[in-house]
Amino acid sequence: MSKRRDWPLWEVFIRSRRGLSHQHVGSLHAPDAAMALRNARDVYTRRSEGVSIWVVPAAAIVASSPDEKDAFFDPAADKAYRHPTFYDVPAEVQHL
Amino acid sequence: MSVATLPDLATYALRLGDDSLVLSQRLGGWITNAPELEEDVALANIALDLLGQARTLLSYAGEVEGAGRDEDDLAYLRDERDFRNVALAELPNSNFAVTMARQLCFSTWQLALHQRLTSSADETLAGVAGKAVKEVSYHRDHATQWVLRLGDGTDESHRRMQSGLERVWPYVAELFTTDELEQRLASDGVAVDVSALRPEWDAHVDSVLQEATLTRPEGGPMLPAGGRRGIHTESFGFLLAEMQHLHRSHPGATW
Repeated sequence: MSKRRDWPLWEVFIRSRRGLSHQHVGSLHAPDAAMALRNARDVYTRRSEGVSIWVVPAAAIVASSPDEKDAFFDPAADKAYRHPTFYDVPAEVQHL
Repeated sequence: MSVATLPDLATYALRLGDDSLVLSQRLGGWITNAPELEEDVALANIALDLLGQARTLLSYAGEVEGAGRDEDDLAYLRDERDFRNVALAELPNSNFAVTMARQLCFSTWQLALHQRLTSSADETLAGVAGKAVKEVSYHRDHATQWVLRLGDGTDESHRRMQSGLERVWPYVAELFTTDELEQRLASDGVAVDVSALRPEWDAHVDSVLQEATLTRPEGGPMLPAGGRRGIHTESFGFLLAEMQHLHRSHPGATW
């Protein structure tokens, strides 16, 4: 078994119901995209968690680097005027 | 309530329930042993779908029988000769290719059967079938995907998949062997005449085998159908011993 090539890693995104966006729920191994989708169905939606699944090869994801954290994120920290906190949000708006 | 005679109906529910129960027990043997964790979960899901079907069908068989036996009595306290499942369901897991060949053959048949059973005159059977069609569609797809990949994979995977197919093939004929009881129930619109399912089964299996570059085993011996009469293969006693041991040693045990 040690000689077996490992299956590639896939990241799994699930939309729990209509109107919401897909959320990252975890990752899994699968030999190809079609099997990744099926594995995601079995591993992550067994308890009715979803109505739609995306799988993405983990290798295709470009991630920000922890080293660039200061340059990337710190400048946003002191600019409160960018937050839409000066509006009254109607109670009926649920997913803002 | 259907017009079918009750002993016939009870036996019919028992047959279908035993198919699902026994294959569920077999598939459970893969858990923690499948090639990958993801496959453990996939096979466990399939096993649990089948177990759910078995519970409803055995409960119904017990209810129709009217002798006070519940699903546990029927699952755990019957002996080998009293089980009515087809032999294909009890074949040992062997390797993954054999398991997938068994699953493709069984699920393709079970799907065709339950699609017709949704219009059964018996409401309970129709209800079970309605739920099972969705479940079994996935089981068939899962097996199909693997047979395609293993058959049309490497030389070694192709060889093993072909060999797996040949291992289970002699047990396929039984799936389409009808008998008087089934014919009586079918004429009342309660049961499905399995001999009519063969063309549909062939169409799916043949297309999968062709795409998977596998050869349909032809000319080999077809074993006589004994499962519906309680005649089982050698390994079945061991399966029952494992499945029934706890319940028989500790009657009424719960957790």
